[in-house]
Amino acid sequence: MNILVCVKHVPDTEASVKIGADGKSIQAQDVNFVLNPYDEYAIEEALRIKEAKGGEVTLLSAGPEDAKKSLRTGLAMGADKAIHLVCSHNHDTLALAKALAAVIKTLPHDLILCGKQAVDYDEAQLGIMLAEILDIPSVSTVIKLELGDGKANAQREIEGGIEVVETALPAVITAQKGLNEPRYASLKGIMMAKKKEIAEARCSEAEGQIEILDLSYPKSRSGGKIVGEGVAAVPELVRLLHEEAKVI
Amino acid sequence: MKVLVFAEQRGGEFRKAAIEALCEGKRLSSGGEMVAMIIGKGAAGIARDIAGFGPDRILTVDHPLLEQYSTEGYSAALEIAVKQENPDAVLIGGTAMGRDLAPRLGARLGVPVLADVIKLEWTDGMLQAVRPIYAGKLLMKLRSKARPGIATTRPKAFLTCPADASREVAATPLAFDIAESATRAKVKQIHSEAEGTIELTEADVVVSGGRAMKGTDNFKMLEDLARVLGAAVGASRAAVDAGWRSHGDQVGQTGKVVSPTLYIACGISGAIQHLAGMSSSKVIVAINKDPDAPIFKVADYGIVGDVFEIVPALTQAIKALK
Repeated sequence: MNILVCVKHVPDTEASVKIGADGKSIQAQDVNFVLNPYDEYAIEEALRIKEAKGGEVTLLSAGPEDAKKSLRTGLAMGADKAIHLVCSHNHDTLALAKALAAVIKTLPHDLILCGKQAVDYDEAQLGIMLAEILDIPSVSTVIKLELGDGKANAQREIEGGIEVVETALPAVITAQKGLNEPRYASLKGIMMAKKKEIAEARCSEAEGQIEILDLSYPKSRSGGKIVGEGVAAVPELVRLLHEEAKVI
Repeated sequence: MKVLVFAEQRGGEFRKAAIEALCEGKRLSSGGEMVAMIIGKGAAGIARDIAGFGPDRILTVDHPLLEQYSTEGYSAALEIAVKQENPDAVLIGGTAMGRDLAPRLGARLGVPVLADVIKLEWTDGMLQAVRPIYAGKLLMKLRSKARPGIATTRPKAFLTCPADASREVAATPLAFDIAESATRAKVKQIHSEAEGTIELTEADVVVSGGRAMKGTDNFKMLEDLARVLGAAVGASRAAVDAGWRSHGDQVGQTGKVVSPTLYIACGISGAIQHLAGMSSSKVIVAINKDPDAPIFKVADYGIVGDVFEIVPALTQAIKALK
């Protein structure tokens, strides 16, 4: 099977992000960037499918030069090839999806996996838009995937339960936490990744239709009061919640 | 302005997020027109349940292939509605369905989607929004340069307006057809949680347990508290990763984002990633043995002590109150 995985190079979730001088972007120099955690589930799933059914796993990333670092991480996990679309920072997900689709159309693909969302912008849209542009079905927020012949059964989380979706292939599947346990790159994997190819592809960026106006900090919560210690403090807490906060 | 609002229903019940989207859509229409759209079996029959939230018209699609949700089917129907109505904006409640449907619709129409927004307004006739990024560490103000502006609304970020029970609105079927072959991903089954389980993202009160719970059985104590409060039960990543609760219960950056009126964090230290999931709660209560736990910095009220003693006492005290 030819499996493609779209990945993104994003700030570590531990990172403290500060607004940059232009007021519209973050100060990237002090931030540790990593492979998007949700994309790890996507890569892991691709590798398991390859191990079970044979085939090839190709990673794609659309982003600035540093995105190659996350592609290397994915190659170290066991992906075979990587393609880097050197795109300028474009906050229009639809434009990025079009750029990726243009490259993907030239590649054989039986299945496309992405993480459900990138932990920088938290949009959860790229994979689904990509599927629409490629005119293939999509199933998002998948926690379990079973492949059949030319089709797949995917379980996705919905409010109050799980939806079981049957989809024709090729399709885009976006990976939710719990889909699998991603492997760590072994030392051997890291060494081998150095020899694997990261091809560069043109990023045919359509004109963006999104304008970023500014970034701001949310109102910080100031800590309130420690009502007391132990069971003795419970009556006072209940009184405060009832009379002061009026929430019970 | 003209706003089209997709009103999500499952099993004949409208989602709270759908009502919030209807109310915001009405506000955004600023005296113009707000058109609601319902898709599903018996859509026309339940249209009256949303008439009170202000739509000027209600479009319905009741097609055998769209009885269950389908990304392609629902986005095709919405596309027809957009072409017919030519709205300035389309609002969709940011539920599991909404956040799956909106990007598909956006790509189909060739327009961007402002995802998971907490604030909406117009500038120069274009839709502008504020949305959380970096797990809520920052807020981004952005606008769409395309028409219609499409946005998914974060559940509980917008107010539910009072319903005008006397309001009657005509429900009009939308002329729509679709071939079987056009819906290539189909819902085969839904596994539902126990009847009466309150959905975390819709709950007004959430009781959450963390590492200190030490096991699945101990969550029963939190369920007892939740029952007297009419609350949903959540869990931190530590509790989920340990296998004590399912991932659907996880509150946090890689779980669910909740915005209840009251959030009670039991034995949760308050890591940044957890705060990302609950810091927009109106009132936060923290119970933790460690007085230096970061959670106390964001909690409005805290008790330092053993959750196993305090939670049952809290349950009793609240029962006595009611």
